[in-house]
Amino acid sequence: MSTLGQAPESAAFAVPTVSRRPGIWDVYRWELVKLRYQKRTYLGLGAAVLVPLLFVVAIQAQPMHHHHNNFAFSDYLTRSGLAMPLVILLFGAVWMFPLIVALVAGDIFASEDHNGTLKTVLTRSLGRHQIFAGKALVAATYAAVAILLDGTVAVVAGCLQSGFNSLQSLSGTIVSAPKGLELVYVSLVVYLVPIAAIVCIGLLLSTLTRNSAAAVVGTLMISLLIQLLGVLPGLGGIQPYLLSTQFNAWQGLLRTPTDWAPIIQALWVCALYGVPALVAAFLIFLRRDVAGG
Amino acid sequence: MTDAPPPIEVRGLVKRYGELTAVDGVDLTVEAGDIYGYLGPNGAGKTTSLRMMLGLIRPTAGTVRLFGRDPNVTAVALDGVAGFVEAPTFYPYMSARRNLELLAAFDGDDATQWIDSALDTVELAGRAGDRVGGFSHGMRQRLGIAAALLRTPKLLLLDEPATGLDPAGMRDMRLLIRRLADEGMTVLLSSHLLAEVEELCDRVAILRSGRIVYEGTIAALARGAGTVYRLASTDDDRARAICAAQPGIADPKVEHGRITFVADEAAVAALSRSLVEAGVLIHELAPQTVTLEDLFFSLTEGDGAAAAAGPESQAAVEAAP
Repeated sequence: MSTLGQAPESAAFAVPTVSRRPGIWDVYRWELVKLRYQKRTYLGLGAAVLVPLLFVVAIQAQPMHHHHNNFAFSDYLTRSGLAMPLVILLFGAVWMFPLIVALVAGDIFASEDHNGTLKTVLTRSLGRHQIFAGKALVAATYAAVAILLDGTVAVVAGCLQSGFNSLQSLSGTIVSAPKGLELVYVSLVVYLVPIAAIVCIGLLLSTLTRNSAAAVVGTLMISLLIQLLGVLPGLGGIQPYLLSTQFNAWQGLLRTPTDWAPIIQALWVCALYGVPALVAAFLIFLRRDVAGG
Repeated sequence: MTDAPPPIEVRGLVKRYGELTAVDGVDLTVEAGDIYGYLGPNGAGKTTSLRMMLGLIRPTAGTVRLFGRDPNVTAVALDGVAGFVEAPTFYPYMSARRNLELLAAFDGDDATQWIDSALDTVELAGRAGDRVGGFSHGMRQRLGIAAALLRTPKLLLLDEPATGLDPAGMRDMRLLIRRLADEGMTVLLSSHLLAEVEELCDRVAILRSGRIVYEGTIAALARGAGTVYRLASTDDDRARAICAAQPGIADPKVEHGRITFVADEAAVAALSRSLVEAGVLIHELAPQTVTLEDLFFSLTEGDGAAAAAGPESQAAVEAAP
C-alpha cells in the first residue's frame, strides 16, 4: 500500500442510500457460483450419475436366471430401460438421496460459520431474510438437479442396456414407451416432494448446529430413524405419516387408473415435516448472534 | 453541516451473555468527519459493541443508530457503512477478485466498477487471481479494506486494521485512513495501537469492563488528567514532605530517584517558592509529557479511572466498580 491508488470518491455528507438494492436473485446466483468451487457438489452429483451406471453393470454381470427379485419393477429391468430409474428411486430412498441432498443443505449455512464469512455477507446491503431465501432455494435447486440428473442417466443407461420398450404398470397394464418415459419424469417430480422435506431438515440442522459434518450426518440419521420407526413392530399405524413412506408416493402414478391418494398424502405429510423445519431454520438465522469468525 | 443524524449514535447499549455483561451501558456519538478512536484492553467489549453497531448481534438493551437508522431492524441502515470486526473473512476457495465480485453483487448499485481501484489501493491487483486461502493475514487485512471501499462508504468501522501488517503496511494503513477521512469519510477505529490512535484520532472513547470510562478529545483527557511534574532537589526527603503539605499538589511519590506529582502551573510556582523558603534548592522541576498510553493505562488499570478523567473532560465518566 505504499503507493495509494484512487479510492472511490465519497460524496458530500448526507444520509447515504443504495439506489439499486441487491435481492434474493443475487444471493441465488452467487450461491450457485460457490457450489461450483466446492468438492461436495461434485461428490453428490457424481454419485447421482455413477449409481445408475453401476446398476447397469451389475445387471449385465448377473446371469438371466438370477433376475427374480420381488421388488416393484425388478422383473422388468431386463425388458425395459424405463424400469431402471424407478428401481433406483426405490433403493435411493433408503440413504443415497437423503445423503446427496444433505451434502449441500446441511452445509450451506454451516460452511459460513466454518469460514467465518457470515459477518462478511451480513455487513453488505442484503437483509438476512434475503440471504436465507437465496441459500434455501439453491439447496432445493441442487436437490432437484441431483434427482433429475440421476433419473436421466438411469433412463439413458437403462435404455441402452434393455431398450426403450413398453413398461408394465403396477396394475399389470402395459404402458407404451413414450407414455412410460413421461410417467418416469412425473415420478421424479413427485419424488422431489419428500426430498424437499429432507432439504428443509438439512437447512434446520445447518443453522442449528453451525457444523457442516454434524448437519449432514444428522440429516441422514433423522431420515434413517424415521425409516426405522416404520419397521418397528406395533407401529404400523403411523406408517402413512412417516416421511419415508412418502418416498413411495410416485408409485400411484404407475397404477391404472392413476392413484392420486398417496401423492396428495405425500404433499401434506411432507409439509408437516418440512414447513416447521424451514420456519425454525429461518427464525434461527434471522435472530442469531453472529459472534464468531 | 446539515441537520442529518450523526453517523453513529449509541445509547445505553448493553449486551449480556448469561451472567456476563460484555457491554454495560455504552453511550457514543460519532459526528460526521470524525476519526474516532475506540480503545480498551482485551475483553473490554470493543468488538462486541462494534458487532452490535453493524447489526451482527442483538443488543440486550439500548439502541444503535447509523445515520439515524437501526441496523438491527433493517439492512438499509448499513447503506453507506462498511468495515469489519476482528479479522476480515472471505471464501478461501475463491480468488480475491471473485470474492470482491460476490460482495459487490451484495452491495447493489454498481459496486463492481470499484473492484479494480480498490485492489489497486491496497496493492493486491497482482494477486487478484489467487485463491484467498493462500493469503497471509496481512493480505486478508488489506483485502478487507478493499471490500469495504467497494461500498463507497460514508462511515467506516475498522477493528484493529493494522493487525498483521508489517511496519510499512501499518504506515500505509494510517495514510490510507487519513486520506479517506480527508475525503469526507467518518471513521471509527478500534485499535490497540495507541500511537496510531494518537496520530489519527480527534476523539476517543476508552472502554473498561464494558463501560466507557472516558469519551472526548485526547487533549481534554490530558488536561483532565493534570500535568505530571518531575522534581530533583538538594534534599528529596524534605522536598517530598513539602510537596505533601502543599495545596494543589496531588499524588507525590518517588520514582527513579525523582519526585513526581500532579499539579497545575500555579501550584508548581507556589511549590518552588515554598521549597526555596525552606532552604531546599531545586536541581530540576519540569513537566513530563503525558502520552495517550499513560492515560490509557491510568484509565483501564487499577482504580485510576475517576482520577484521570477530571472535571474538564467532556466525558460521561463512570468509573468501573
